[in-house]
This record gives sequence, structure tokens and C-alpha cells, in this order.
Amino acid sequence: MTEYFNYRNNPEIDPHLHLWGWEIPVYLYLGGLVAGLMILSGYHILRARWDERSRGHYVTAPLLSLALLSLGMLVLFLDLEHKLYVWRLYLTFQVTSPMSWGSWVLLCVYPALVASAMLTLSNALPRLTRLIPILERISRWMNNRESVVHAIGFANLGLGVVLGIYTGVLLSSMVARPLWNSALLGPLFLFSGLSTGAAAMHLLTHFRPPAERDNGAFTDAVISAMVHWIRPHDDKSDGSRKLARADNGFLTVELVIIALYLIGLGSSTAVHQSAAQVMVTGTWAIAFWSFIGGGVLLPMVLQFLQTQGRVRESSLLPAVLVLGGGLMLRFILVAAGQASGWAIASH
Amino acid sequence: MRYAMVLDTRLCVGCMNCVVACKTENSVPDGFCRDWITETVQGEFPNLRLEIRSERCNHCDNPPCVYSCPTGASHQRPGGFVAVAKEKCIGCKACMASCPYDARFVHPQGYVSKCTFCAHRVEKGLNPACVSVCPTHCMFFGDLDDPDSEVSRLLATRVHHTLLPMAGTKPHVFFLS
Repeated sequence: MTEYFNYRNNPEIDPHLHLWGWEIPVYLYLGGLVAGLMILSGYHILRARWDERSRGHYVTAPLLSLALLSLGMLVLFLDLEHKLYVWRLYLTFQVTSPMSWGSWVLLCVYPALVASAMLTLSNALPRLTRLIPILERISRWMNNRESVVHAIGFANLGLGVVLGIYTGVLLSSMVARPLWNSALLGPLFLFSGLSTGAAAMHLLTHFRPPAERDNGAFTDAVISAMVHWIRPHDDKSDGSRKLARADNGFLTVELVIIALYLIGLGSSTAVHQSAAQVMVTGTWAIAFWSFIGGGVLLPMVLQFLQTQGRVRESSLLPAVLVLGGGLMLRFILVAAGQASGWAIASH
Repeated sequence: MRYAMVLDTRLCVGCMNCVVACKTENSVPDGFCRDWITETVQGEFPNLRLEIRSERCNHCDNPPCVYSCPTGASHQRPGGFVAVAKEKCIGCKACMASCPYDARFVHPQGYVSKCTFCAHRVEKGLNPACVSVCPTHCMFFGDLDDPDSEVSRLLATRVHHTLLPMAGTKPHVFFLS
């Protein structure tokens, strides 16, 4: 028998660590989603011809990514306890700190997204480009140079991969939390980001803009900006089917990585085994298995049936489930990971 | 020079004088502590073994908190002190998440705080506040690199252990048992 008493009672530390609330999971989720959108957009930029590049849901993806990433950065900022010192991140580069890498990667992601948005700006925000003609000229200059287009495509693809992996490495580098001690968290978050990115693209294909009205130049530009974020895809069914197929591929890889991750923890030390148990059979079991069932398996089946034509292609359910599942995965891993620890397991 | 602390668990009675001295010396805010008492009871009645420990930041040789800090606020000072530069700390809490001993906390002013081994006293040739007030003299502080120091001699002659050695952090706080 071993009994352990600890007379410490520090806030956010005892009885177990609970430093990070909703902000970090939401940030990791939005980061992953943007990474997925960037990779899909980058791939599309490299593969598509100009006429294909300038229409459809890929037109609006960079703008959506910019909005989501900014929201993620805001949420991350809200989590900081010493907010006025946030600029300190950009006075140094700490090679051993994934958070330092991430802050610099985020700084590189913005120009890549802006450049990607500029390629299709005249189609995404026609009123804005009419209002500020120089934007149209820059966009045309970029599109006329294949090397620039390719550089933007590669930048989005590469930075998307780095951003997606970084969100997982951020957690896996925390030595003290056994549940996070796996290099597989990087690829897991990358493929989860890709699946949620494909699901977000899928959703974009479904919405149609409300009737546009002439409300004067500025109002018009704002309304145009809003409705074109949800611009319908021209060849909707084909795009939906491709995305559903891609999404199922990403979800399959995600499922395999989750299985390997759990096998890895299960075949490691007793500390890691007990950390995995908290998630698989303990406090977080209901949430975890709900995620596996409702956030991975069910949308996989529905999307498979969609590609077979047995479920309506217009159904939003699979995409919504994938997006919800991605968010759930981050919440579960961040919360269960904090509850795991060397000290808790070894006393 | 590598400073270390050695605590004799056979002498410690868990009086918490060290906790109070630390809070007073370092103006630790209400509701927080930089050092604390733990007790581990092992065995079956009546054959029980009790170990009382005064715990704090272990000022590790291989400190995960320093490696995870994105701004360099957490750093190692000469002498092996692991310290936090509050003017660089953004309060991201990465160091807290990566510390296996949960030795850090967020100060009400927003920066992360923890035991400093009373570096301000040690620089003046004094012992840390907790060591200087211990009524059973169970705590020792000194230089590990000096073979004649009290801590080196105790570690050379007594059975000792560190906390969570499997975490690979190489702590500088040792417990004699």
C-alpha cells in the first residue's frame, strides 16, 4: 500500500494540472483547419489551370483561412497571462521551443495566405478590386508569371504541412505529460487538420450567396466580401464527390495514426499506459469513443455512401460531423493530457 | 559551480517552517507556495514507512521548462539556478505544462513564478531562507562540484534519491533516506 499526501494547493496546478481551458484546443483546432485549407489550396494552385484556379470554392479558401487564423491568434492571445509582453515572442528564436517555432511559422503563414488570396482576389471580391484597382493589377501581374504562382502554391503546401505538424509537436514536446509523449501527435493533428480542411471546403460548395443589392460602393464591397466567402462551386457535384473521397482518405489515415498512438502508449511504461487508460477507459472514455464513432467512423460511412450515390450529395451532415470531431479531438487530448503526469502515476 | 539542496527525510517532521520562511522571504502571494510538504506512507499496518519531504523546484540539470520557453524567460543561470525573467515571460504556461514536478505557478501579476533557491541570498553567502530556518536542521545547501562541501559529503556517504528520476531531468534536490 502506498498513500501520498501533498499539502500544496496552487491554483491551476492542484489537484491536477488544468492550465489550458477552451482557448488552446480552439487555437489548435483552427490552426489545423487552416493548415488543411492551405495544403488543399496549395495543391490546387499547383495542379489547376488558370481558368480552374479562378473559380469555385478554392477562390474563397485563402480568405476564409485568413479569417480563421486571425481568430485562432486572438484566442491564443486571450490565453496568455502576461498579455502586454506578447511582443517578446518576436525578439528571439528559441530553437528548442516548439512554441517559438510556431510563432515564427505563423508569421510566415500570413504572407503566404495573402499571396494566395491575391491570386484569385478579382473573383473572390470583385467589388473590392473595382474599388481599389491596384489590387486587380497586382493580381493580374502575379497570375501572368507561372513561377510566382508556383512559388505561392509550394509556400502554401509547405507551410500548411509545417503548421499542421507544429500544432501536434507543441503538445508532444511536453515531457511531463505522458499522454502527449508521442511523435505521432504531429501527423495525427496534420491529418485531422486535412480532414477538417476538406470538410470546410465541402461546406463551402453547399452555400449560395444571398441576393446581392446595390447599397453603394463601401457597403457593396463589404457585402460582396461576406457573400463571396460562401460562394457556390460551379461544378458542385463533382467537387463534392472529390472532396468526400479525399476526406475519407484523410480520416482513414487519422484512424490508423490514432490506433498506432494508442498501441505506442500501451506498449510503453506504466505511466504512459495509465495516461492512455484515462482517455480510453477512464474519465474521457465517453468523449473519446463518441469522437471515434461520431467524428470519424460515421462521416466516413456517410461520405462513402455519398460517393456511391446512396446518400444525397447535398447533405451537410458528414462535413459538420468531421468539423465537430476535429474540435472534440483537440479538447479531449488537451484536457486528458493535462490530467496525466509522472507524479500522479508514480505515487 | 553547481548548487544543490540535500534534505534528510529522517529528520524532517513536516513542520512547514520552510514554507512560511519562503513565503515571507520572497513575498509569495496568498494562496500560492514555492515549496511545500509531501508525505508518502508505504507498507501494511503495523509495518509502515513514512517519508516526509519538503519539495520545491528541482533546478534540474536538464530542465524541460527552459527548453519549452518560447521567449527565453526561463533560463539557467551560472551555478545551476533555473530562473524566470519576469520581464520576458508572456504567461503562455508552456513551462508549467512541461515541468514533471508541477513546481511553477502563475503569479497574480501574470508572469510565471517558482523557487529561485533564494539566489539573492546565496549571492551574499547566505543559505536559502528555507534552509536557514529549519528547526531540525534537515536541509543542506552547497556546491556539488566541491567534493568537500557538506552536500557532496552527504551524497557520497548516505543513501539518497531524487524525485521522478525516470523523467530524465537530473534534479539538483536530493533526499536522504
